[in-house]
Amino acid sequence: MRWLLLKDLQILRRSPLLVAILVLYPAVLAVLVGTATNAGPSKPKVAFLNLVPKSKNNFSIGGERLDASKYANRIFKSIEPLRVKTRKEAVDAVRSGRALGALILPKDATERLRSTINLSGSDPPTVEVLYNADNPAKQRFVESTINARLGEANNALSKRLTKITAQYISVIVEGGQFSLFGQKFDVLGLRNSQRIIEGQLATMPKDAPARAALEQVARFAKLASDNLDVSKPILQAIGKPVQVKTTIVKGRSSSLDAFVAPLTVTVALTFVTLLLAAGMLALEREEHAFGRLVRGLVSRLGLVAEKVALAALCAFAATGLMLIVLALFVGLEWSRAPLWIPALALGALGFAGMGVAVGCLAREVRSASLLVFALSLPMAALALVPTGAVGDGVYKVVEAVNFVLPFKWALQALDAAINDAEPSLGVPLVHLAILTVAFTGVARLALRRFA
Amino acid sequence: MGAVRTAASEALLVDRVSKRYGDRRALHEVSFTAAAGELIAIIGPNGAGKTTLLQIVAGSLEPTGGRVDSSHAIGWVPQQPAVYSKLSVAENLRLFARLEKVSDVGATVDRMLDQTRLRERAKDEVGQLSGGNRQRLNIAVGLLSEPPVVLLDEPSASLDPRQREVLWDFVGGLASRGTTVVYSTHNVGEAEHYADRVLVLADGELLFTGTPAELRQAGADHGDANFEAAFVRFLHARGH
Repeated sequence: MRWLLLKDLQILRRSPLLVAILVLYPAVLAVLVGTATNAGPSKPKVAFLNLVPKSKNNFSIGGERLDASKYANRIFKSIEPLRVKTRKEAVDAVRSGRALGALILPKDATERLRSTINLSGSDPPTVEVLYNADNPAKQRFVESTINARLGEANNALSKRLTKITAQYISVIVEGGQFSLFGQKFDVLGLRNSQRIIEGQLATMPKDAPARAALEQVARFAKLASDNLDVSKPILQAIGKPVQVKTTIVKGRSSSLDAFVAPLTVTVALTFVTLLLAAGMLALEREEHAFGRLVRGLVSRLGLVAEKVALAALCAFAATGLMLIVLALFVGLEWSRAPLWIPALALGALGFAGMGVAVGCLAREVRSASLLVFALSLPMAALALVPTGAVGDGVYKVVEAVNFVLPFKWALQALDAAINDAEPSLGVPLVHLAILTVAFTGVARLALRRFA
Repeated sequence: MGAVRTAASEALLVDRVSKRYGDRRALHEVSFTAAAGELIAIIGPNGAGKTTLLQIVAGSLEPTGGRVDSSHAIGWVPQQPAVYSKLSVAENLRLFARLEKVSDVGATVDRMLDQTRLRERAKDEVGQLSGGNRQRLNIAVGLLSEPPVVLLDEPSASLDPRQREVLWDFVGGLASRGTTVVYSTHNVGEAEHYADRVLVLADGELLFTGTPAELRQAGADHGDANFEAAFVRFLHARGH
């Protein structure tokens, strides 16, 4: 047993690529995750534009003074505000990726909030949220992050308004002064009314005219019924005092359901193409045929190009069939089917280029397959990291990695082809074509050590 | 197997070929010529540079210095069978015949199946063949284009005695038809029986060029040593 274990350790020690994958891969992943976690913003960075004039920050509701900035600060406890002065600056910050999204407080926000609570019939205030929609997975993350922060602020405001409403109810029950449209009214209150009526009833002869007291009761009854009538909008306002309007500043994303199709096909395309291209090239080495082939039978570039073409063709056929089957179940737009062809073809070529580059690193098919699996999962994960989800530096690295790998571009191409999502089909197709050429060139150079 | 050699019939010239891997010297100024129809065996201890020399002559490896000159195509049969194990014998031959751009693929494949006595296994996957049969196919692929010069790296390494005999009959037949054959081997007995000339390499240096009889003589102690003993003694005498 001990000797077997030693033998296996010796074999592992003499398989540097395998050991590198087994040891370095988890280590690199751990470092990446650790770096992302530590370097990531503890608070998501959100551009913040406050258009409310300073003089309107304080406002009165039901005789209570409220400070709007106090509630904005509550939002800033959980986001890092990137203060901007104009809407354009906010849009630029989001578009460039400097901010996860942008929050715009309109200039009439406090006025509308006051009006809503004071029952003047106006709409509640609406803050605007801007964000990128590279893909629905990212979009959902951004939406949920910003909505969660707004929800916290709404909750705080809601608690304050609930207290004010409780005061209204207290006035109705106990009596007191009620302020409406700047005028103060004396309200008798239900209990006082009851006492008066009971007092009158106790002393009054049955036929005595109790006109004054009855008039008082009638006035209260009217006021009470009026207040009951308006309680509904008040309660609505308490539930969600601030409304949210969302605007996508970059990208036109499909729904998450529709996004499943391109994502599924891209993942399949990744594995099928990479495995084929890397495996078939490594096979030439494993079978010792490489040396024989490149002795004048085939050029090294020709050999690489053949593997790229083979892998791309097979993957195109397999994933094309997969897309057709998906379309039958998910209900994709058949009218867009001609656009699937270039997206699948260039996606397959991009991955095939990467596959041959990976295949050059491996001595045999098993190592090539292991490398493919080791690379594919992080590549897919990195392509789905949303803007602002990690720190600026890490995000730049993620974007740089995505730029030179085909996953993000293939996903964009397929999303555009299938769902008409933005960016349009052209940009990712051109990028995939460039990546194909670049990776093929890298593979050709790497073949020098392949003999 | 002897033949009259003239400068005009020279099929291969290897001139002061050297190869270094960093500080390590793999070959040092090795020179020899080979005539048409000549059978040359390269022998030497492990790590002598036999495979490196053949790879350079075959064009698979760039020399650090020197040159290889041949006006003819050179066929190359590597030590490990360089054929596809998932293809059948005939499919492998057909594939490489097409890549070699031979004029009549079908006839060439038929000829090689006959010459290698693999016709009965033509449809079998190479992965199912014995080591000997795989090596025969490996050699057959190297001969598809009927190159005037053929290089064989340890061709008999994985063969049993019966298969070795078949192999050397086949190789001898090639030489008798005018093909120059240069091969490396660990089995010095094979060099004695199946070579017109022997090259002795040790530590990247060419120590001897001559007939097996001349090598026996060079290493003989009292004139009656067997070939293998003479070879070992020769190496010892030269400090290896």
